[in-house]
Amino acid sequence: MSAATPSTSGTTRTDVAKDDSMLKQKAMMAAHFDRVTGAPEAGRKVCSTFVPGNLNELIMCFDLVNNLPEINAIQMGLRKKSGQNVLEAEKMGHSEDVCTYVKSDIGMMAKGNIAPNGKPFPDPDVLMLSYTGCFTFMKWFELLREQYNCETIMLHTPYDATGKITKNMRDYMVKQIKEEVIPKLEKVSGVKFDIDRLREHLRESAKAEDDLVKVLNSAKNKPSPIDAYFGGIYYIGPIFGAFRGTKDATDYYAMLLAEVEERVRLGLGPITPDGPMGEEKYRLVTEGPPNYTSFRDFWKMFYEDGAVVVASAYTKVGGVYDLGFRHDPDNPLETLADYCMGVYTNRSLPQRIEMLTNYINEFEADGLLINSIKSCNSFAAGELMIMREVEKRTGKPAAFVETDLVDPRYFSPSNVKNRLESYFQMVDQKRTGARTAGVAA
Amino acid sequence: MVNVGEIISRAEALFEDLNFTAARDWKKAEPGRKVIGYMPIYVPREIIHAAGMLPMGVLGGGDQLEVIHGDAYYQSYICRIPRSTVELGVSGRLDFVDGMMFPSICDVIRNLSGMWQLMFPDLYIKYFDVPQNYADEIGGNFYVNELQEVREGLEKLAGREITDDDLRRSIAVYNENRRLVQELYDQRAAKPWTVPASEVYLIVRAGMVLPVEEHSQMIQDYLGAVAGEDRPMKDNTRVVVTGLFCEQPPLNLIKSLELSGCYVVDDDCILVTRWLLEDVPSEGDPLRNLADAFLHHSAATAAKYEPDEKEKGQFLVRSVRRTRAEGVIFASPSFCDPALLDRPMLQHVLKAENIPYIAFKFAENSGQMQPIREQAGTFADSIKLWSE
Repeated sequence: MSAATPSTSGTTRTDVAKDDSMLKQKAMMAAHFDRVTGAPEAGRKVCSTFVPGNLNELIMCFDLVNNLPEINAIQMGLRKKSGQNVLEAEKMGHSEDVCTYVKSDIGMMAKGNIAPNGKPFPDPDVLMLSYTGCFTFMKWFELLREQYNCETIMLHTPYDATGKITKNMRDYMVKQIKEEVIPKLEKVSGVKFDIDRLREHLRESAKAEDDLVKVLNSAKNKPSPIDAYFGGIYYIGPIFGAFRGTKDATDYYAMLLAEVEERVRLGLGPITPDGPMGEEKYRLVTEGPPNYTSFRDFWKMFYEDGAVVVASAYTKVGGVYDLGFRHDPDNPLETLADYCMGVYTNRSLPQRIEMLTNYINEFEADGLLINSIKSCNSFAAGELMIMREVEKRTGKPAAFVETDLVDPRYFSPSNVKNRLESYFQMVDQKRTGARTAGVAA
Repeated sequence: MVNVGEIISRAEALFEDLNFTAARDWKKAEPGRKVIGYMPIYVPREIIHAAGMLPMGVLGGGDQLEVIHGDAYYQSYICRIPRSTVELGVSGRLDFVDGMMFPSICDVIRNLSGMWQLMFPDLYIKYFDVPQNYADEIGGNFYVNELQEVREGLEKLAGREITDDDLRRSIAVYNENRRLVQELYDQRAAKPWTVPASEVYLIVRAGMVLPVEEHSQMIQDYLGAVAGEDRPMKDNTRVVVTGLFCEQPPLNLIKSLELSGCYVVDDDCILVTRWLLEDVPSEGDPLRNLADAFLHHSAATAAKYEPDEKEKGQFLVRSVRRTRAEGVIFASPSFCDPALLDRPMLQHVLKAENIPYIAFKFAENSGQMQPIREQAGTFADSIKLWSE
């Protein structure tokens, strides 16, 4: 589970003209992979960590380079290499039943651990287990520890089961950060912790978060200038990954926001891989991660039928900024704790249902579409109930498709397309029914 | 004195009773009694007991429950236990239960806690988060406060205070129960032919629905009764079975392992009865004592983080050495993330120690045992034939 930047290099299709923000992001990602793979040469140490609940601002305080195995698995998925990696891991004894992110990562290591820039990833100096929203992370990092035999830092994030973060939960996290995470990062890096430096990064984060929320909320316009799921995955890349808290990220989001506001002013819809989207016919809210091995094909099934996603749960796995959270430089450790506990998959099912229901109402969506991922129980367990509850509360139709994150064996294009088309018909019927009822009234 | 057959018949009847009649009867026996259900792996039953309530293990529906509604709640790639548990709930089989506790074990059980909140909004529902940090002042403090929250929640439900003395008394009662369960396990490890795994399973499982005092008596009766039985020793292979800490194996699976030539000398079934490895002090601060026991003297399992890499999997090696087992069987429920993700790491540890192992998957409603019997039989034979 989690999100990333689906750089489309490696695909065989012709790229459409790119906005400045797209070019900037591409350059940022390229620089990121160069920074990671070049770390040993540059004398820098590498910290591997996860996307949801990642402590990028803190990690940067120790001059560590941030490497994210989930992002690497996604990159392999987009390049259609994850399937081989998953098979490799299964050959090594990993069960066919478990998360394919893990297996893609383990398989990639077995095959030389080559980064998207063609250079080998260095071994991490520290594994930072920002244990949020997914039990699999804990096992994944134990598996990585077995491989790398390096310092491992476990940050246990209590689950927000009731919608209320208690003092006990926050104190527990702050204490872990203060007494375990920071001393270990100091030890590994040899850099003394400077809380003012952390505050500076947090201040920078909040600026980018403000702009990201404006971008996401722009989808309330009709037509929506963005696709908040497929396009949204690009938008969250820098802030969910290695860039939150940097000037680069702030500049990127300012640039992106300006472009999106211009699209709103011109009344334009989203940009798709095939160019500007045609008429907006369906406005959807989505729950669940996308499929990355057929990312463009999956997206195309939406935009060629005029469906745009106006809000998505997946783009909140690295933070629910749209609900008001901002990194707070005045309470630096507490804000990191709250951030970790607040991410989407660390929220209870009732909270998730409420969030999706509100999205449908606030973004005037036609309904909910769930892409249920075989790999990810954190998202998937309970999604059928989410679907029924949201349908009940909004009166809008919901639909369910099943794919996987990075295992191509679980993406069946014809099945997915059939379901989507049936769903769009259902939305049409619902509209016709509503209109007829309106006329009759 | 009751004989083995009678005790096992009673335990089997409790196991097969999907209406939980024993717990219903306990509740009906006195007005105001309350029953709190809990799921695997571990909840502090002492606090429920101290509130005068019956802690009742809900370990899925087994192979006799027809899941009609539960499948509508879960995709095919999610394990069986949540769907049969939902079935138990929506079919009214748990309608006498006043609360449910969902321990932090995996994402599926965690999310089920939210589903339960929606399905049964009037019940006491507690997601019971346990620390993955084992420092007294960090994870310990968090855990003590979690225990206090449970205590306050149950006080509200019970309409009375749970005093420290109540807790100390309950701790002592559960200490005794843990000692007896351990005695049963020790007996099986020493002379597995006298206490077959299927009987041990039924006896321990009875503790999920009986009051703890009655369960302790049942174990004592059983141990007394088997001492008088003459059961022949077979030339079986001694194995440890692991992976059974949440979704339960069908009873037939355990019997099949025995029929295939294995003596199960240790397992991780129904770990709540053996989670705490030492007596909890019944003097002093009871919640701190429970926390200390959890942090420093609790069973290792896939749902717990192991901070020391060198310790990873050593619990299994120690179990093999302690019980003089000749091999390990990884029996994991299909789609069980903790068990299946942990398995390769545990297998590497066993390999380094030259301990043979096999692996297969099951579901609580698996019906076809022939392949498992053949696999386990071949494993047992190969150990007998070729081990040094």
